[in-house]
Amino acid sequence: MQRGIVVRLVIFSALTFAAAFYLVPTFIGELPSWWGGFLPTERIHLGLDLQGGSHLVLEVKVDKAVENALERIKEDMRKLLREKAVPPSELERNQGNQIRLKVPAANGDRVRDLLKGEFPNLVLVSSRTDPGGREFLLALHERELRSLREDTVDQSLETIRNRIDQFGVSEPVIQRRGQQDILVQLPGVQDPERAKEIIGKTAILEFKLLDETHSVEEAVKSGPPPGTEILYGYAQKGEGGLGAERVPYLLDARTLMTGEYITDARVRPGSNLDGPYVELMLNSNGARLFERITAENVKRRLAIVLDNRVYSAPVIQERIGGGRASITGTFEMKEARDLAIVLRAGALRAPVEIVEERTVGPSLGRDSIRQGIISFVVGGSLVILFMIVYYMGAGLVADVALIFNVLFLLAVLAGFKAVLTLPGIAGIVLTIGMAVDANVLINERIREELRGGKSPRSAVEAGYERALPAILDSNITTFLSGLILFQFGTGPIKGFAVTLCVGIFTTVLTAVYLTRIYYDYRMAARKLTRISI
Amino acid sequence: MEFIKPGTRIPFTKYRRVAAILSTLVNIAVLALLFTKGPNLGVDFAGGTMVHLKFQQRVSIPEIRQALGKSALGDTVIQDFGQDGSNEFMVRLEKTSVQIGALGEDIRRGLANQFGQDSFEVRRVESVGPKVGKDLRERGIWSVIAATLMMGVYIWVRFGFSFGARFGLHFGLGAVIALIHDVLVTVGALLVAQYEFDLTIVAALLTIVGFSVNDTVVICDRIRENMRKSRREGLESIINTSINETISRTILTTGTALMVLIALFFLGGGVIRPFAFALLVGFSSGVYSTIFIASPVILLWERGKK
Repeated sequence: MQRGIVVRLVIFSALTFAAAFYLVPTFIGELPSWWGGFLPTERIHLGLDLQGGSHLVLEVKVDKAVENALERIKEDMRKLLREKAVPPSELERNQGNQIRLKVPAANGDRVRDLLKGEFPNLVLVSSRTDPGGREFLLALHERELRSLREDTVDQSLETIRNRIDQFGVSEPVIQRRGQQDILVQLPGVQDPERAKEIIGKTAILEFKLLDETHSVEEAVKSGPPPGTEILYGYAQKGEGGLGAERVPYLLDARTLMTGEYITDARVRPGSNLDGPYVELMLNSNGARLFERITAENVKRRLAIVLDNRVYSAPVIQERIGGGRASITGTFEMKEARDLAIVLRAGALRAPVEIVEERTVGPSLGRDSIRQGIISFVVGGSLVILFMIVYYMGAGLVADVALIFNVLFLLAVLAGFKAVLTLPGIAGIVLTIGMAVDANVLINERIREELRGGKSPRSAVEAGYERALPAILDSNITTFLSGLILFQFGTGPIKGFAVTLCVGIFTTVLTAVYLTRIYYDYRMAARKLTRISI
Repeated sequence: MEFIKPGTRIPFTKYRRVAAILSTLVNIAVLALLFTKGPNLGVDFAGGTMVHLKFQQRVSIPEIRQALGKSALGDTVIQDFGQDGSNEFMVRLEKTSVQIGALGEDIRRGLANQFGQDSFEVRRVESVGPKVGKDLRERGIWSVIAATLMMGVYIWVRFGFSFGARFGLHFGLGAVIALIHDVLVTVGALLVAQYEFDLTIVAALLTIVGFSVNDTVVICDRIRENMRKSRREGLESIINTSINETISRTILTTGTALMVLIALFFLGGGVIRPFAFALLVGFSSGVYSTIFIASPVILLWERGKK
């Protein structure tokens, strides 16, 4: 046992140097320029609860995307059947996300073949014939459904990433979580409300014609006439939008054009009277379409609708070429800028909903760090003092091991880019309290062996040997619950699980093996005739 | 220095009936409280929104209520948070931040009108949708159950190998019963002290499960050792010897853990306080349960066999 002391000392010295190097970036604000080459530059990352920021979980409403897709297929089907001169007598999308198609019985077989040929994505759920005709129930193919859901979430994630990039947040985390959730973490974001607004906007832009043949008041009272719908706009952007007056618009339900043709969106300052507006640049297809729409509807009013809210409904004065359109409205500058961001980044294929939000302001984070450090110092000092009072020399040995323990623990956190959270700090403090357990087990055992009349030398050996199984067992059980915790936890809790588990390794390393070097050294030097314990 | 003089022989197992009755009563009381009054669930589990506010000047809860009252928020619960005089408050709303939407702005405006624009600061917002809340609740409960069973299985396997499967099983059972006791006592203390149950509490319960089983492991380890040494001694006597031999360690280890927890409780700030509280209770309960519950359970089983 005595042999290999030098080897072990060298190993520990190397570990200590490595640990120190890993911690330098964290504790020194400005690294010298010669650092960095192959020395570690990673600092201990602070979790959102310590540095402030927003943690959002968004649920993508994939069912909405499925509905939209079916809606599109239904329209395609209507068009196709009309072209082939077998128009449907009934065609609708039912609640169960199926398309119900009814055709005169005579056309039944022809339609079935057409469907089979032209809509390979659909499966025929059932078909039956009754006096009214032949009825088909069609649903999306399971494979199609799955890939549609996947694509929708992926596409939403990309769009949200674009928006956040343009909003300007350093080191954001944007990743998929589970089936249809997206995790977004925005460290240090100053205005979480605004960030949420930008991320969560569906941003479906539609151009629709105003219906001017019916009275709006009438429609509001007794429901819109067929083929039209009522959407609202705001007369003026009041304080926060709540006080502003809601204005109903009666619109042609048909969407003439959507935002898919937008290549760019910019805020333009506008005149003093109108305030800023958002200018849209369209691609060539969009430009052609927009030119045609405006040419066909001169003197009519074209409503610009974003997420079912009417922004403006200007009168088309003349045909508009050149692929530029603008959204005017009574914007504040900030609002116009946000609108430009979402239009540039594109629309979400399905709406998203924030199902979880955790936002911490920077001042609370600072307070938490300060309080964490204070409890760390006070708790640590208590334990260190206690060990010296109770075990004297052996207590001091345990204390030195404890200091190395914390050093290694922090270095591992820095080296593995673990995230330090407030519960994580609590985990470090708790590790201090629990780490000395190993030394207590060893020391109690040594005392027992000494009382049994053994020499200090064999008492130490027996102490370490007999205490080891219990030390390992107790650390393994704590480690196991740490693993479950890691599985279960989110953000801050995961940080606790990480420090707890890493702390177990560093504890066994320092409390058992490091202290052993000291005793082995004294044994080797034949100085272990008396032991202070 | 020594707290417990060597050679101390306290006949712990003698008190097992008293302990069993006492613990059963406490546990039944906790369960009754849990099912009648129910736990005070935080937003993590119940869903809804929690807003943590800090004011520059001294304000009272009725004043805040009045300021918020102008916006239609539904049920609000306002609590003092943090130390006295820190003027920090938690406002609890049933709706999630999405549902509140523009009302969030309304709250700000309401507070600004009442107390002045820069007189308050939103330090923290936590909002959890009902579905997520339900999901977290279920996962929380299951993770505590899984951890408890895992500890039992670990001890069973661990001691079963070197000790015979039957003993392993009894040690494992003893540990699980002791852990259930610790978790229930902690939950009871949280109920009585009216702390909210949230994710950090689950973290605390899992830590308690992992830590409190340590004492059981150490004592069982000693029982195993002593059984090898003196085969003729009765089990009860061996158990008592083992508890007495390890009690010093049990007290010391829990003692140092409690030291840091007390530091965390008083100095760690309001966010971490419930967590520290739960650990304080759970760790203390762990000492009791190992001595008075886990060990006698082993005895109970062995008696039953004869």
